[in-house]
Amino acid sequence: MGHTIAEKILAAHAGKKEVRAGDFIEAGVDVALGNDITAPIAISEFRRSGCPKVFDNKKIVLVPDHFAPAKDLRSANQCKVLSEFAGEQDIKNYFEVGCMGIEHALLPEQKLVLPGDLVIGADSHTTTYGALGCYSTGVGSTDLARAFIDGKCWFKVPPTIKFIYKGRPGRWIGGKDLILYTIGNIGVDGALYRVMEFAGPLIKKLEMDARLTMSNMAIEAGGRAGIIEPDALTLKYVRGARRKYKIYKSDSDAQYEKVYEYDVSSLEPQVACPHLPSNVKPVSALKDVVIDQVVIGSCTNGRISDLSLAAKLLKGRKVSPGLKLIVIPATQKIYLEAVKEGLAEVFVRAGGVFSTPTCGPCLGGHVGILADGERCLATTNRNFIGRMGSPKSEVYLAGPAVAAASAIAGRITHPGNI
Amino acid sequence: MIIKGKVHKFGDDVNTDDIIAAKYLVSTDAKELGSHCMETVAPDFAKKVSAGDIVVAGKNFGCGSSREHAPLALKGAGISAVIAKSFAGIFYRNAINIGLPFLEMQDAGDIAEGEILEIDLAGGVIKNSSSGKVYKTQAFPEFLQEIVRKGGLINYVKSKGHCKNA
Repeated sequence: MGHTIAEKILAAHAGKKEVRAGDFIEAGVDVALGNDITAPIAISEFRRSGCPKVFDNKKIVLVPDHFAPAKDLRSANQCKVLSEFAGEQDIKNYFEVGCMGIEHALLPEQKLVLPGDLVIGADSHTTTYGALGCYSTGVGSTDLARAFIDGKCWFKVPPTIKFIYKGRPGRWIGGKDLILYTIGNIGVDGALYRVMEFAGPLIKKLEMDARLTMSNMAIEAGGRAGIIEPDALTLKYVRGARRKYKIYKSDSDAQYEKVYEYDVSSLEPQVACPHLPSNVKPVSALKDVVIDQVVIGSCTNGRISDLSLAAKLLKGRKVSPGLKLIVIPATQKIYLEAVKEGLAEVFVRAGGVFSTPTCGPCLGGHVGILADGERCLATTNRNFIGRMGSPKSEVYLAGPAVAAASAIAGRITHPGNI
Repeated sequence: MIIKGKVHKFGDDVNTDDIIAAKYLVSTDAKELGSHCMETVAPDFAKKVSAGDIVVAGKNFGCGSSREHAPLALKGAGISAVIAKSFAGIFYRNAINIGLPFLEMQDAGDIAEGEILEIDLAGGVIKNSSSGKVYKTQAFPEFLQEIVRKGGLINYVKSKGHCKNA
C-alpha cells in the first residue's frame, strides 16, 4: 500500500522506512520558527534546560511580526528578547523590522522553506508552507524550545484527507474563496488532527500566492498541514534556493481517510461571517451588511498579487465616506514592489492607509483595533469574538477583491458590481 | 493522582482567543494571564474559579492559535484539568508539553455546570460526585505518558541527554 506526501516526509525525517497514521515518531526538523509572542516563552524554556547552544544556528528563524514594530513597552521588551537571543546564539535568520515581514509571507519569499522540508513554527499558520510541498505545522513554544535543544519534535502521524477542486471558476474566484468554501463545507473541526491535501486540475492552475493562501487556512478546519504536490510552478518559485530540497508525491494507491471533490464552476466569492471561519456565505447573500473598516493584508492575503487585485478595483475610486481602509503589505519586499508599481499611491489616493508590514490588526494587536459595535471586513484568517478588538465588534473574512469592492461601497459587495 | 474540583462548563469550538485574548500576550506570567482567562466569553470566569476546578467543554477545545499562553492561562486561573469531547491539535500538544492534565470524553455533554468531579488521571476514570455517574476514558498513549511522567517536554528531553552542545 502506498503513502501520502505527509507520510513520506515524516518517515524520511524520522529516519524510518515508512510511517502510518497514528504512529508516534520523533523527527528532525529543517526549520524551527518563532515570533515575538511565542519565542520569548521558548527562549526562557531553552535557558531553563541548561543547554548552552542551540542545535543549529542556521535552522532557526526568528521574526518579530505580531506586535512589531513594537506597539508598546511590553511588546518592545518581548521583541528585545528575540534580538538578544539571536545575537547571543548567532541565529542567522533573525529579521529585524527593516528586513522583516509577516513570517508566513517572509519565509517562502526568502526561500527558507523548501519542498520536502519538515518545518515547525510556534504559530498556527505555519501550515502555509505546505503549498510548496513540505510538511509544515504549528506547534507551541515548548515544542520550539525542545527543537532549539536537539532539532527534533514529536509527532503523531495524522491521517490525510484529500480535497479535489475542478471546474471553471468565475473571474473573481481566488484561493481565499476556495479555502473558505472548503472550511464552510467541512466545519472548523472538519479536518481536526488531519493533513489536508489540496489537489485536482484547478489547484495546478493556481498561482503560488493563491496556493499559499489555501494552505495558510488549513488550520481553520483543524488541519495539521495543508499540502500541495510540487509541480513546475513550485520549482520555478524555489529557483535560487540556497540548499538542496526533495520532491515528494503521493502514491496512486496512497491511503486517504476521505476524499472530497468540489466542482467550483458556479462558486461565488465567499465570505465568512462572525464568529467562526466556517460560517461561510456567498457574497450575494450579504448585500445589506454595512461596514466601518476594511483590512487588506496578513499572512493569508498580504502578498503582491492580493494588493494588485485590490488596487485594480480601487484605482481612480474613493473608499466610502467614513470607512477606514487599512492596507498592509506582508513583507518589506512586497512593500517596495507596491510602491514601485504605484499600488501604494492608489491606496492612499483612494483614502486608505498604507502600513509597514505587521500582523497588527489581524489578532487585535495594533494598526486598526475595532471599537465597540464596529464591523470590519478583512482578508485575514479568523473572526472569533473580539479577535480584532472589542468583544462587541464583528469581523467578516473574504478575499482581496471583495475587500476592495466593499471598501468602495461601504457595505459587503460583489466585486463585479463595482 | 486524583483531581477533584467544581465544573465550569463551555460549549463547542472554544478558541484560544476566548481562552486568552491576544492583547494580553505581552505577558508570559501564568497568574497574570489567568486573571484574564475566558474574559471575552465569560467575564467572571477568573473570579469564579477556585484552585483545583475543572473545565468541561464540547468538541474542538482550544482551536485557533498556537499560543501556549492558553493552557498557561487556564493553569494560572487555577484550573486543574480540562475535559472535552475533542481537542484542537496544537492545544493538545501544548497541554502535554506544559503538564496541564486533560481528558477526551464523548459524554462531556452529560456533565453540568457546578457539579463536582473526581478524576483518576492514571486510570482515565472520571467520577461525577454530584450525579453519581462514572465515566471511563481512554488512557494516554505510552509515549505521551512518558512526557507527562517526566514533568513536561523539556524535562523529558533533558532526561534523554539530548542537548548536543552541552
